Amino acid sequence: MLLQNEQNLTKKISKTGAVMVIGAGVSGIQASLDLADSGYKIYLVEKGPSIGGKMTQLDKTFPTNDCATCILAPKLVECIRHRNIETMTLCEVVKVDGYAGSFKVTIKRNPRYVDLDKCTGCGQCEKACPVKLPNEFDLGLSQRKAIYRFSPQADPNVPVIDAPNCRYLTMGKCEACSKICPTGAINFEDRKELINLDVGALILAVGFEQSDISKLKELGYGRYPNVITALQFERIMNSSGPFLGHIQRLSDGKKPEKIAFIQCVGSRNKEKDYCSSVCCMQATKEAIMIKEHIPEIDVSIYYMDIRVYGKEFDQYYNRARDKYKVKYIRSMPSSIEEDPLTHNLFVTSVQENSLKTDEYDLVILSTGVEPSVDAQVISKNIDFDLNKYGFCKTDRYSPVETTRDGIYVCGPFSEPKDIAESVTQGCATAGLAGALLSSKRGTLVKKKIFPEELDVIGQEPRIGVFICHCGNNIAGVVDINSVKKYSEKLPNVVYCEDMKYACTQDSLQQISQIIKENNLNRVVVASCSPRTHESLFRESLRNAGLNQFLFEMANIRNQCSWVHSNQPEKATEKSKDLIRMSVARAASLESLELFSIPINKKALILGAGVAGMTAALTISKQGFEVVLIEKKNEPGGLAKRIEYDFEGKQPKKFVEELINKIGKDPNITLLTNSELTHIAGFVGNFKSKIKRRIKDGEFEQIDIEHGVLIVATGGEEYQGTDYGYGANNKILSQLEFEHKLVEKEINPEQLEKVVMIQCVGSRTEEHPYCSRVCCGEAIKNALKLKEINPDIEIVILYKDIMTYGFLEQYYTKARDMGIVFLRYDDNNKPEVLPEMNGKVRVKTIDLSLRREFLIDCDLLLLSRGIIPSPSNEELFKILRVSLIEQGFYEEAHPKLRPVDFASEGFFLCGLAHTPRHIGEAVAQAQAAASRATVILSQKELLAGGEVSVVDQDKCVACLNCVRICPYQVPFINENGVAQIEVTNCYGCGICVGVCPVRAISLKNYKDEQVIPKIEALFKKELV
Amino acid sequence: MFEPEIIAFCCEYCGYSAADLAGAMRVEYPPNVVIVRVPCAGYLTPVHILRVFEEGYDGVFIASCLEGSCQYRTGNERAEKMVSIVKKLLDEVRIGGERLEIYKMASSMGKYFADIAINMTEKIKKLGPNPIKLIEERFEEEEHKQLKEMGVRISNT
Repeated sequence: MLLQNEQNLTKKISKTGAVMVIGAGVSGIQASLDLADSGYKIYLVEKGPSIGGKMTQLDKTFPTNDCATCILAPKLVECIRHRNIETMTLCEVVKVDGYAGSFKVTIKRNPRYVDLDKCTGCGQCEKACPVKLPNEFDLGLSQRKAIYRFSPQADPNVPVIDAPNCRYLTMGKCEACSKICPTGAINFEDRKELINLDVGALILAVGFEQSDISKLKELGYGRYPNVITALQFERIMNSSGPFLGHIQRLSDGKKPEKIAFIQCVGSRNKEKDYCSSVCCMQATKEAIMIKEHIPEIDVSIYYMDIRVYGKEFDQYYNRARDKYKVKYIRSMPSSIEEDPLTHNLFVTSVQENSLKTDEYDLVILSTGVEPSVDAQVISKNIDFDLNKYGFCKTDRYSPVETTRDGIYVCGPFSEPKDIAESVTQGCATAGLAGALLSSKRGTLVKKKIFPEELDVIGQEPRIGVFICHCGNNIAGVVDINSVKKYSEKLPNVVYCEDMKYACTQDSLQQISQIIKENNLNRVVVASCSPRTHESLFRESLRNAGLNQFLFEMANIRNQCSWVHSNQPEKATEKSKDLIRMSVARAASLESLELFSIPINKKALILGAGVAGMTAALTISKQGFEVVLIEKKNEPGGLAKRIEYDFEGKQPKKFVEELINKIGKDPNITLLTNSELTHIAGFVGNFKSKIKRRIKDGEFEQIDIEHGVLIVATGGEEYQGTDYGYGANNKILSQLEFEHKLVEKEINPEQLEKVVMIQCVGSRTEEHPYCSRVCCGEAIKNALKLKEINPDIEIVILYKDIMTYGFLEQYYTKARDMGIVFLRYDDNNKPEVLPEMNGKVRVKTIDLSLRREFLIDCDLLLLSRGIIPSPSNEELFKILRVSLIEQGFYEEAHPKLRPVDFASEGFFLCGLAHTPRHIGEAVAQAQAAASRATVILSQKELLAGGEVSVVDQDKCVACLNCVRICPYQVPFINENGVAQIEVTNCYGCGICVGVCPVRAISLKNYKDEQVIPKIEALFKKELV
Repeated sequence: MFEPEIIAFCCEYCGYSAADLAGAMRVEYPPNVVIVRVPCAGYLTPVHILRVFEEGYDGVFIASCLEGSCQYRTGNERAEKMVSIVKKLLDEVRIGGERLEIYKMASSMGKYFADIAINMTEKIKKLGPNPIKLIEERFEEEEHKQLKEMGVRISNT
């Protein structure tokens, strides 16, 4: 006994405040950023040469049609730059010893043969290399060299040598790359090495593979040039892809006129009895993009069920069908044949009971999602279980935990899922890992201390100009000497220097040194893009005691030497112009202050359902206080009404356990019968008023100060009287039925026939979205009935069966057990006729068979959807946040910030976001908790910088800014004039433009800072 | 040969990234276009644009995020409205609304950015210089004439 205690004690003491994230796709990156921002050291281990994962290969993302690179790239840069994230590319995990809180991990680093520190990403080696190979990034549609970057926008932007194909490494001859490399970064002596690291937790984010479709020969992939995969088509559509965004066929480069998508290739079959969850939306997205590019292309999608179960998916699908006239054909092709002369394709399928063949000139296969190729090896090396499909095994109610303690999983490695769900899970794993290691928060992170900033107010500008050669990239085109001589003479310039590479560590230190020695108070660097390098140079200013905003960049590489390489003289002149413009602006720049604001370390959570309670527990485990308020008189929410799940477990029990834990947790205060009536303040410092009902008609007001807010107000069951609901006790909702079955008020032995109707109050005009859970719910209850009485005849009337992911297996099982599925649509809805002989009579048409049926049943079960909580209508005004058309809350970004509100410090989870299964709500709640913790774990918040300010003397309170701000930040304060909280402002400057009296200005972009730059182009004579 | 001066206001996210990518892809375009970075296209006001023409630029285009994917939600829509208003103003004062355009793009559309720069330069070349410059020149000429009449000698340096 004593020994055990001692062991527990040592375990407690020896936790490590570091986390290893394996896989640097979007979910792994999200997990890393959340954890690194809340005080943990991160090792981000990636097998490939650069980070970003599969998302970097996508062109656009559904349902917003955002460009994938645009929304991902900022996160990649943040990751690479993050002080607490060590990105380890070309690395694999070999072994994991130890236990939760203290693991010892052995990593194998494979050689890159290019020095990460020396390489500047100039790309000359890639030009010089003589070996041409198929480009994996473009899925074989273009070529790369033996020294290459995975993508043109790779992070880190450093190439890797493909050793088995390198002439020097295989035959000892060539060295073209090392001869041309201007910094000597090529290192043929690089060898693999083993690295040992101590971490407290591991997060598996190893992603997925495209289905291996070489097995599906009948679809012609690999045999016919014009049969391609959906991912290949993403590259074809991409404007930086192999054809620069021109849609064309592979056989002859011609623009296709008729395109067919084939769904479910490699999923929903005998071997892969699961749905890949994303392909319906991906194909719909690609179809829309085709139509937007070239409206006259005819697009058809062959499918089984259109699975549009996510937020705003249904509208997207409707738009594709109705606005863009994409043809959806409910039929799976039996064969694809090619015309060997034209390379056109004949797709044969059964349509309306007869065999039909259509000719297309391009066929796109919507290939499914398979477990990562490394799944087996990783599961052995790290010692956790896979499920029967080869994905990582997880439990329904703890979807991001593996079978080994302290090891978490996110993204499609545990089940096929889209980007939004993957990001959500990434956050969720961060929440759990953070909770496990909260005692070690902040122990391994680095904090940089800068010297005190000098006051430059009132000083004459003393500008230093640094001109970068970027090896040959700039100097090869632009006459640096001439530019330097010119820049020296510009007004206010007191120092000018050219540098081979301004971004190397040496140069950065040199810049700091020169600033100090020459008392520079403004700095201009003429080099590459501020998008990638501004933060780096700003740090040099800070190191020299100069405010980081006294800095300006002239982009003479990406926007000059690289695009005018054929006109070197003009490029030199343009470089001078750009520098002169930057110098003019620099002279007008001001120091901007970043305020430090203390943070109230308490969270307020609205709604004590599964999501609210899970979020509360996750935050509490991280060591922060939570106030959890519930409108009803007891916690539990909608999930309490679910009696059993597919595995026979009781969700009710799970909810009871949560309620128990909440009751025992000293960090959590639960207030029932309570509602939020008012909130003021800003992130880190909110003040809220809660109205609590003590007894009927008697209320009290409670004031709470808190740093963050989570909205988990849930949703409700649809309550309409469609299909005769309420007429008699033979017509029930699925939830009522479950309850009666468990309470033995219904005896399945006495039932002969049961009919279920899907989409009751979902996918209708009133509620135009899929409720996501009802298909699973109906199939679950149908299987339960069959289990008790196998003789019951069950008929399910449906539009599309939305059993995405692993739910598919139950749909298969239901059909195998003889449950009948009849399909209807909005024009042919089922009807409930007057009762006949004590039975409910249902009239329906089956669209597949084109036949009308009259079914007399003992029980009619209505799969009623989930509707937004009516309280949203009030609450969204109090919170000043937005609702989507369907009445659910709108998140900051549907893909990359799925649980954040646009308003800083507000988060969102559970049915308040959209309908979802319990496990998904759990992951979302853990995610919201993690996002909230990122704020709560800070010592202070920094606010200010590039934000808008209102000149209170000028403001006439016209409300233009209040109305126009996309984030609802400006408000009219007690003095009757507009005010913008620095902590809430995003710095877009839209308000500046609408202010009629010019009372608002955006710091760092004041007119007197922008106009001089514009004027300067014409002031050549100043020199 | 008239070489126009064109300014491209690029929003910090998509517009500027697309311009950067045009460089990374080494797509050539005329050096007549200079780029000024702004936080969001919605930041720009008619005053900014008119000021640019007053300074003597021959053409302006704004590169903003794609429809529905503005980093600041509605900035690109604002900018679009602003552009349509300023175009009318430019027509009224006979500078010509066609000298001002707005283009929406994703950050992956480097080639597209370059194409715009090429087309815009071609278009402005055909339109000729910003009339304001001609007026200024005429002013100067008239001034010279008057001075000459007054007997003042002007050295042409």
